[in-house]
Amino acid sequence: MAECHPVGFQWVMEAKARGAKVFHIDPRFTRTSAMADAHLPIRAGSDIVLLGALINHVLKGAHDFREYVLAYTNASAIISEDFRDTEDLDGLFSGFQADNASYDPASWSYEGEDVPREREEQARGGRVHAGSASADQYGSGGPSAHPTPHTDPTLTDRRCVYQLLAYHFARYTPKLVEELCGIPRADFQRLANAIVANSGRERTTAWVYSVGWTQHTVGAQYIRAASILQLLLGNIGRPGGGILALRGHASIQGSTDIPTLFNILPGYMPMPHAELHETLEDYLGYAAGDTGFWGNKRSYLVSLLKAWWGDSATADNDFRFGYMPRITGDHGTYATVFGQIDGTVKGYFVIGENPAVGSAGGRAQRLGLANLDWLVVRDLVPIETATFWKDGPEIETGELRTADIGTEVFFLPAASHVEKEGTFTQTQRLLQWREKAVEPPGDCRSDLWFYYHLGKLLRERAGDTEMDAPLRDLTWDYPEEGEHADPSAEAVLREINGTGPDGRALSSYLDLAPDGSTRCGCWIYCGVFADEVNQAARRKPGREQSLVAPEWGWAWPLNRRILYNRASADPQGRPWSERKSYIVWDPDRREWTGPDVPDFEKDKPPDYVPPPGATAQAAIAGDAPFIMQTDGKGWLFAPAGLADGPLPTHYEPDESPVPNTLYGTRASPARKTYRRPDNPANPVAGTRFPYVLTTYRLTEHHTAGGMSRSLAHLAELQPEMFCEVSPQLAAELGLDNGGWATIITSRAAIEARVLVSARVRPLRVAGRTVHQIGVPYHWGWAGGGLVTGDAANDLLGIVLDPNVYIQESKAATCDVLPGRRPRGAALRALIEEYRRE
Amino acid sequence: MDLRGLIGRWPVIRQLRGEDGRGSAARSARTDALRPRTAEADTVARSVCPYCAVGCGQLVYAKDGRVTQIEGDPDSPISRGRLCPKGAASKQLVTHPGRQTTVLYRRPYGTEWESLDLATAMDMIADRVMATRRETWQETVDGKVVRRTLGLASLGGATLDNEENYLMKKLYTALGAIQVENQARI
Ligand code: SF4
Repeated sequence: MAECHPVGFQWVMEAKARGAKVFHIDPRFTRTSAMADAHLPIRAGSDIVLLGALINHVLKGAHDFREYVLAYTNASAIISEDFRDTEDLDGLFSGFQADNASYDPASWSYEGEDVPREREEQARGGRVHAGSASADQYGSGGPSAHPTPHTDPTLTDRRCVYQLLAYHFARYTPKLVEELCGIPRADFQRLANAIVANSGRERTTAWVYSVGWTQHTVGAQYIRAASILQLLLGNIGRPGGGILALRGHASIQGSTDIPTLFNILPGYMPMPHAELHETLEDYLGYAAGDTGFWGNKRSYLVSLLKAWWGDSATADNDFRFGYMPRITGDHGTYATVFGQIDGTVKGYFVIGENPAVGSAGGRAQRLGLANLDWLVVRDLVPIETATFWKDGPEIETGELRTADIGTEVFFLPAASHVEKEGTFTQTQRLLQWREKAVEPPGDCRSDLWFYYHLGKLLRERAGDTEMDAPLRDLTWDYPEEGEHADPSAEAVLREINGTGPDGRALSSYLDLAPDGSTRCGCWIYCGVFADEVNQAARRKPGREQSLVAPEWGWAWPLNRRILYNRASADPQGRPWSERKSYIVWDPDRREWTGPDVPDFEKDKPPDYVPPPGATAQAAIAGDAPFIMQTDGKGWLFAPAGLADGPLPTHYEPDESPVPNTLYGTRASPARKTYRRPDNPANPVAGTRFPYVLTTYRLTEHHTAGGMSRSLAHLAELQPEMFCEVSPQLAAELGLDNGGWATIITSRAAIEARVLVSARVRPLRVAGRTVHQIGVPYHWGWAGGGLVTGDAANDLLGIVLDPNVYIQESKAATCDVLPGRRPRGAALRALIEEYRRE
Repeated sequence: MDLRGLIGRWPVIRQLRGEDGRGSAARSARTDALRPRTAEADTVARSVCPYCAVGCGQLVYAKDGRVTQIEGDPDSPISRGRLCPKGAASKQLVTHPGRQTTVLYRRPYGTEWESLDLATAMDMIADRVMATRRETWQETVDGKVVRRTLGLASLGGATLDNEENYLMKKLYTALGAIQVENQARI
């Protein structure tokens, strides 16, 4: 955090100054480790063992926050008797379908579920769900399950969630942590004791993670494991608690909320699927639950369709639901790359992104680019993705020749963040408006300008065919401003916010209607333009506000700063302790109150009991804080929604130098693979690739370097690509500090300066020494950079988490040789040699 | 002017005499006459750092239509005026000489960049989108209506504004382009 989110880390230091203990769990020693009370080096790819052992520690010692757990989680729910755990099936859960490596989640359900319709997760045996990364839609609320499952409040029934957890994690012991993570037992004990001592009524513990947790074939399950631990300890929805995702880019949160992602629509509604969602009614039947706030999904979707197709969207034509294209499976960025290589994808827009060096499998990325009809790149400098045809690594090796590459390339210069106005959504779901400082130079334009004017040109070209109807009827009339006819970003934000029947900006998603009388481009952002005021532009100084600072920017939903904050009060609505008081029920005024916006209906009393058959928020009890869940509970066990099992389970990464000593199933059985010649995997057996490879960032650079390598200050601070190795490994391989090393996988061989450093420690894992090699991934061969170097992403293969289709960039295997890599054809020969053996 | 007085005010002498080199002893007539770029700015825009997602507040100072300085915004409850090395260097991101400000065009099988004016480039891109879409259009797949093209794809960075992502998703959906992705996947 101190390295990659430095200014955010000041708050950790504030907490430390007030007595908080800070533990840093990371394969390498960083500036964060330097400031922490303890650094626990861990083998990349083994975190579920550690988290599972913490869960086991809490359960074995009965350290859970019982009152919270009983009231607010699904600990007491009874699971179907058809369910079988990984303990029973040697690393598989019940429902595994070997023929397509996916799960049918039916047996994970709550017992006695008499759900009136088949749920989306279960449709077609779970295939459709997993086949299109559908778990992404749970970014703002959970999947559908029975609102009132059978329960055992004594938590003793062998099939209740609490007992299933205990059974599942029983073998996740401190000894196993030592064996698989390389963390000594005493260090684990210190961590476990500190977490338990710092949780409960009086105290809360927070977990903070970044892509070190997500970029794995079991990434979503890493986060699930932390969620289970935090729910057991009562650390969710309370001040000082939670699990914080530290997002790496200015608006990566915004890019999922209003997604440019293939599988979701704004506000985490699923993209229509050809098999499940033929009509609007099908869609509403399958997508999300009927109880909890997702129960209003008709209002959210119809308002979106109205925002896009305006007056032409009417009840008679299903509000133009038929205008939406349908997905049929995996259309993710990696599938797209293989589509380029195979010739199905002809035209490609790359907007402020640099896949030629920034995405896993660099060579596959470039082979894809070289096989396009046309490519549009928009950026500040001509990045490698724009110049691959003249100076890419495949040109150097002779594998490709410039004169043979038919791709037509347009490079359009982009406006910088100060040359346009608009909002970023930062890591805490907070939208902040940026004012425009100056006009962009020359032909530089904002991406808003580009898409708006491209849209106008395309609409001019639209014919009167059925195919062009969605384009013709699209609402596309934003006010134009300034010398370049920029579309008004505020007008776009206002459309995102939504308007009512009178044309005025809405102030809450609760005002959205299912009948087409309201329009809203993203229901979770409804309220950002409340009272016709750009709430994201609010700038009341922090020092003039409470610590919560509600008048700085605007957070979704409805400016709530801590999600699920109803859980900060006990079931009766009283604070768990004075020290941790946040949102409480005021019995006199009969409303929830506190320094934040209550994440609950303001006037729903704690003793509210839903009437039978209630839907939407009316089905959520007054003591059920998790209002986006169909049952209002925090899920220790996920009876639906995940593609790879209801509980986190330790699987080895796709590439790993050690066996899985826990189960016969080595790696995640549901992980998403693309086994093809242009995406080879290192063999897991044998000694050809004996080291663990992990990638990371440096404070002074940003992702693949497109926004940092061209800056003199940053280039000077971190001038060269390097690899970090321990003194022991350096001695073994004859690597000199400051000299060169070549790192090899079955995909690529790259060279890097050697940094011999005690910051990377060899670990004892499964009875042997495991060396880890760390490489930053900020370099590329050109890209307008003042400093250049080989791209770490070239080393990585493409293998994905089956829930969200994120690649495993944090754990792979490699070999290392002293010296620089060969040039030209000899480089391909070296890689071929490794692949043969 | 009194020569001794002049020499006596020379910062090196004052520092040798033991005055603190970081304080008054570092001042000279020239430094006293210096004014910060921030004081001479015509405008100050309230902005946000474009790098990581902490979302530090920035004050962007401009004079004569050019950015002259970018500072941390002390009002921000998130960053309290601080910026890390990247945020602090972001003025260079905007003003560095390597920035490309004109359109570049590489024709198929071409060996060099050519120049192109922006309006022509926009028209050419629009023509290609329409042609590719028409050539690769799918009305149905396995008997199910899909109304889409797999011929187009898009990958965006996560420094896109919400408003930009919104127009992208809206336009692509109307085009029937579904392979729309973002750094958020990566
Ligand atoms: S200044 Fe540094 S910590 Fe703050 S948003 Fe920018 S990159 Fe992140």
